[in-house]
Amino acid sequence: MAIRILVGVKRAIDYAVKVQVKTDKTGVVTEGVKHSMNPFDEIAVEEAIRLKEKKVAQEIIAVSCGPTQCQETLRTALALGADRAIHVEINGKDYETLQPLAISKLIAAVAKKESIDLVLLGKQAIDDDSNQTGQMVAGLLSWPQAVFASKVDIKDKQAEVMREIDGGSETIRVKLPAVITADLRLNQPRFANLPSIQKAKKKPMAKMTPNDLGVDIKPHQEYLSYEEPPKRQGGGRVSSVDELISKLKEKGLV
Amino acid sequence: MWSKFVRHFSTSPLTRVRHPKLRRAPHYATLTDRDISFFERLLPDGRAITDPDDCSPYNIDWIKTCQGQSQLVLRPKTVDEIQAILRYCHEHQLAVCPQGGNTGLAGGSVPVFDEIVLSLRSLNSIGAFDENSGVLIADAGCILQTLDVHVNQFGHTMPLDLGAKGSCLIGGNVATNAGGIRVVRYGSLRSAVLGLEIVLADGSLLDCLTSLRKDNTGVDMKQAFIGSEGILGLITRVALACPSAMSGVGLGLFSCTSFENILSTMRLARKLCGETLSAIEFLDSSTYNLSLKNLQQTNKPVEPNNFYILVETMSSTYEQAKATLDKLANTALEKEFITDGTLAQDLKQYKDLWAIRERVPEALVADGYVFKYDFSLPPARMYKLVEETQKRMKPFSNVRNVTGFGHLGDQNLHLNITVQNGYSDEIKHALEPWLYEWVAKERGSISAEHGLGLHKSKYLELNKGKQSLELMKKMKNIFDPKCILNPYKVLPYKID
Repeated sequence: MAIRILVGVKRAIDYAVKVQVKTDKTGVVTEGVKHSMNPFDEIAVEEAIRLKEKKVAQEIIAVSCGPTQCQETLRTALALGADRAIHVEINGKDYETLQPLAISKLIAAVAKKESIDLVLLGKQAIDDDSNQTGQMVAGLLSWPQAVFASKVDIKDKQAEVMREIDGGSETIRVKLPAVITADLRLNQPRFANLPSIQKAKKKPMAKMTPNDLGVDIKPHQEYLSYEEPPKRQGGGRVSSVDELISKLKEKGLV
Repeated sequence: MWSKFVRHFSTSPLTRVRHPKLRRAPHYATLTDRDISFFERLLPDGRAITDPDDCSPYNIDWIKTCQGQSQLVLRPKTVDEIQAILRYCHEHQLAVCPQGGNTGLAGGSVPVFDEIVLSLRSLNSIGAFDENSGVLIADAGCILQTLDVHVNQFGHTMPLDLGAKGSCLIGGNVATNAGGIRVVRYGSLRSAVLGLEIVLADGSLLDCLTSLRKDNTGVDMKQAFIGSEGILGLITRVALACPSAMSGVGLGLFSCTSFENILSTMRLARKLCGETLSAIEFLDSSTYNLSLKNLQQTNKPVEPNNFYILVETMSSTYEQAKATLDKLANTALEKEFITDGTLAQDLKQYKDLWAIRERVPEALVADGYVFKYDFSLPPARMYKLVEETQKRMKPFSNVRNVTGFGHLGDQNLHLNITVQNGYSDEIKHALEPWLYEWVAKERGSISAEHGLGLHKSKYLELNKGKQSLELMKKMKNIFDPKCILNPYKVLPYKID
């Protein structure tokens, strides 16, 4: 029997943009900055589409939590091959303080509501690098988890997943329903072609609020300050090996 | 001793295959120990390079079509040093090959015989940027990409962009009036050059380094040096008008069945994208396939077809850049000008799609020995030439690919013929002068943006006529009476 997949797509600052901290250090500058789908989520979407192409999956639902602009990210997922989308609308102050636990509760609620067999997420988002959502969704649902996946095989309601671990890989088997998060090597996402981009405009997109899902998104942590990484100190040139050695000695490195 | 003598007077094997009759002009002096010690004193810290291994990268062009035998490479850091070098060379009748990033494609940037290489690489201070006028002053040896990063801090961008941006130098860009992919938007580089500082052949300084957008006072002397490929003087500093950077970009890659449909898509893009249009490029299927293979791009961005067109839009906002491109894509698909396409969804895809076009030269080099041509032609005739060349190359079994791509928006065709087992004289004679004559008949240009360099100088008259050529020779005589600057290049050389 074919499964139903829920895939999470986060709208994040594009990876190629140079991120700047706001002058008052309360966050990073997002206004007028190019946003795109979180690259790890793109890999998750691609994996879902491949499972559908293999007839393992019957339906792919994309979900994104955030302001209206998230709909653009969802349209991208639809153009790539998702069947329908759910936009959980969160605006203003609520969005600024939105944290992984709240997102996990929202995704878990959607998964239950839609009778999902597999939640596919990126292993982390490139903006906050939290690497928490997949694990917490599994915890909240009491489902097994297979995170940092670099290969996924699904047969008879079971997933065989190769995971990236320190110094190598391990392969585990989990029973569905389960949560899988995508690592970089899982696949190479495709380009969306024009007819699909057009068709995506007509695919259904449901809008709901955290309230509709009965989830409290109140933050449990407070962000105090954002800092830029320290600027790299420029190197110097030495004219001879002797000078290099004496400099290293000076600094007590040799 | 004798072997050294012979080596100086004939070309290297690599240059010889293309220019078998070329001989060193006898009136140039040969380098003596006295000359070398003068330059070593002038340029301390190893900036007068004589080691043959260290000289060799300055002697060969990157697509390996010619190789000089210079035994001296000079890397001045200041304009004073450049003046002293040229004063000395002028006095002693020593020939000089000025060199920028050595990314040229016409054999203009490397010495032919034993000319002294004068590399501008170390003259690389970035001067002032005026935020009110958007004018940047920079030394000739600054790398284009470095300057782009610099002006980006002020919200501006360089008025040109090309594949070699990471290694080409701005002085070389101006000296060759380099083209690239932004001509559709910002016009030819010439229009962005507001001022130049030039060291003339005798070492004197010509100061035209103003930053004025408007200046109608007499004959505009700097114009003669833009695109003159280093035969009239040495550009040492430039003042460039840098446009505001656009934060919103959009990029679409579309496939088409015929070149007619490519042209229809271009016309539609001009109409629908209007002021946001920033680049229109095309590739035929053989170029496209070679490029994908070279990039090891496994997932095909679009359904394959005979032709591909890249359209880029830029605007102050993403929404605007995206909206005009969307409209183009939908209308072109509706009108059946295109059969498939994709729009870059993020900046990674934007870079990946551009790479298919920008890294074509690399893909061609990987395919074999490259016969490279760069023509300006009326749009309707552009691909006709590729087809006729394909027909003409049919009998040659060593020809791998005859490919056409280029800057469609500027009517600039890059025609390339790749050959296995290296250079072939037979193929060259089947191509030249036939190609040049074909282009001249269409009133096109035999060199749209690459310049004449060494390889195309003898066809200058065919393209420009006798009158123009005579005037150019007179100009050369005024600026460089001893002919020490970049000899054998641009103007046809009588012993070739």
